[in-house]
Amino acid sequence: MQSYTTTHLKQLEAEAIFVLRETAAQFEKPAMLFSGGKDSIVMAHLARKAFFPARLPFPLVHIDTGHNFEETMTYRDWFVEDVGARLVVGSVQASIDKGTAVEEKGPTASRNRLQTVTLLETIEEHGFDAALGGGRRDEEKARAKERFFSHRDEFGQWDPKNQRPELWNIFNGRKHHGEHFRVFPLSNWTEMDVWQYIKQEEIPLPSLYFAHERDVFDRAGTLLAMTDFITLQNGESPRKIQVRFRTIGDATCTGAVLSGADTVDKIIEEVAAARQTERGTRADDRRSETAMEDRKKEGYF
Amino acid sequence: MSETQGYLDMDLLRFTTAGSVDDGKSTLIGRLLYDSKAIFEDQLEAVERSSIQRGDENINLALLTDGLRAEREQGITIDVAYRYFATPRRKFIIADTPGHIQYTRNMVTGASTANLAIILVDARHGVIEQTCRHAFIASLLRIQHIVVAVNKMDLVDWQEDVFRRIKHDFEQFASRLENLVEVTFIPMSALNGDNVVDKSKNMPWYMGPPLLYHLETVYIGAQENHVDPRFPVQWVIRPQSDKYHDFRGYAGRVAGGVFKKGDDVTILPSGFSTKVKEVVTYEGPLEEVFAPLSVTLTLEDEIDISRGDMIVKPHNQPHVSQDIDAMICWFSDSTKLHPKGKYVLRHTTKEVKAVVQEVRYKVNINNLHKIEGDPNFSLNEIGRISLRTSSPLFFDSYRRNRNTGSFILIDAGSNETVAAGMIL
Repeated sequence: MQSYTTTHLKQLEAEAIFVLRETAAQFEKPAMLFSGGKDSIVMAHLARKAFFPARLPFPLVHIDTGHNFEETMTYRDWFVEDVGARLVVGSVQASIDKGTAVEEKGPTASRNRLQTVTLLETIEEHGFDAALGGGRRDEEKARAKERFFSHRDEFGQWDPKNQRPELWNIFNGRKHHGEHFRVFPLSNWTEMDVWQYIKQEEIPLPSLYFAHERDVFDRAGTLLAMTDFITLQNGESPRKIQVRFRTIGDATCTGAVLSGADTVDKIIEEVAAARQTERGTRADDRRSETAMEDRKKEGYF
Repeated sequence: MSETQGYLDMDLLRFTTAGSVDDGKSTLIGRLLYDSKAIFEDQLEAVERSSIQRGDENINLALLTDGLRAEREQGITIDVAYRYFATPRRKFIIADTPGHIQYTRNMVTGASTANLAIILVDARHGVIEQTCRHAFIASLLRIQHIVVAVNKMDLVDWQEDVFRRIKHDFEQFASRLENLVEVTFIPMSALNGDNVVDKSKNMPWYMGPPLLYHLETVYIGAQENHVDPRFPVQWVIRPQSDKYHDFRGYAGRVAGGVFKKGDDVTILPSGFSTKVKEVVTYEGPLEEVFAPLSVTLTLEDEIDISRGDMIVKPHNQPHVSQDIDAMICWFSDSTKLHPKGKYVLRHTTKEVKAVVQEVRYKVNINNLHKIEGDPNFSLNEIGRISLRTSSPLFFDSYRRNRNTGSFILIDAGSNETVAAGMIL
């Protein structure tokens, strides 16, 4: 008999497409969170495959902190156009203006945590009952316990101790009125899988991921980029060096890494040799040992 | 270049680990991750900091897998945690299932997607009740490969006799189980790394490979069913665009067998027959597709098909029935199975109502004895029941196909998943 084998990337792809289709089928009004980072780009690319030749049966939702890298916004607008999707923007600035989110004070203030408020407001305003996210279990220890279909109560909260068991590939998306789900099609992917897939599929990425010259400064071990949203403190001085970003988030808390990797192949080599996790560059995760769990319980991505 | 290219050709092994708190399971996983360089410096530093703060003598590798606040505070593992690592040969997904109260539930969950199970045995204690329980669950969930990791060999002076006795005891018990295709025994010390990644120098009498080598090379090709064609329809694709005006495609993941362009197919439940017009993908049409790939099928004739229907071959059809016999594992700690209870049943892409017709027996999973006359299942209990469903299911026995032989029961009031079922 002929043997039918598949590579691990093909298996991960088949699983993610299955999860994306289950989300479309099981929920009334799903949405896909899109940050312009590589994980959400890969997720949206998979969605395109899942529903081909039809368009995505849900909008892309960008939670905009207002502290964006210009390159991310340029890419976002190009991508949305290319996929032919509808874009919904939830604005953190709007939440602050309304008074539902309060800006952090002090020199290391970040809007990272405020995104949760805007995210939950956007979900409620549009009546979304499932939000697809690009989160991966290998990213962070609290995420390692996350389900594909992750239940959120009427306050948008995650209860890690009371999750539904997930068996085989049967997903239980039943919920009560007012509750919603977060769905993570890339749960089983690692950073390396994502990069290998980007290579295999030749998916274009924002230029931030590739090595370039940039003004950066060191803050508590994180290389932050000089932007309009940042105030230098005593002793901090920017210098122009060659860097790239391993993750892309809010410009005030996403650190750069020294790198000469200017192609996907070079990045793959770099990831293979890396001795730090990609979230090691994220000041938001460094606030405490369980920073991610605490934010996730409140309703973070 | 050759290195990155090689990675694109890797296959995937999913395994689960079973052991009690003190068997050194977290240490073993920490060791596999650490020695295969899947642990990063910042993770290790974080664990070092926590270990010092907790007053642990050595770096506590268990802290790598126990991520939640409550787990770290109480020194326990609460939920199934998934871990990832890769070697140049393979990518691995570990479902790490903790002991404690929800033990059986967690192991059943982890085992449902696994190709292989590692069962840890403490060399000092040998085969205990819990070891038998793990072996039973592995067999029930039809895991094809078992590794019995006889751990803490350093504490029994690396004696071959101890290892031989445990092997003998386990084989005695396993002979009463069905389904265990292959059992491999490896003596090790996870704490010191003996026979985990590198071959132990302390046990020259052991001729087999270390654990990682075994995981890298064990044959896993037979996991999917490539004999019985089954395509549960997940979603109907109708683009409503000018270019694809008449397009009507059935999206799904092949749950068994192979589908080729031009194949004769039958649609369940309607029974209509037609041919596969095209196997559609974003990259272009395929000549054939097989489990477990996700594609879209178009058909020669226009037939009314919706989610929950199944595309099969005329001469190889699944069972079609409203009555099913199954082994179930009860998952809820707040409710019990009611002997005449009604539940929502989810099977492939179909959701129906189901009523419990009869509780045949429960199994004492420590000694495999049948318990009759006790119809209420509570958390972790396993047994055989029969169900009647509100409309027919299209199924195979779990033994023949995991995808079309498995289901879950949902409590319609709470929406919680209360049981996992394997059709007999």
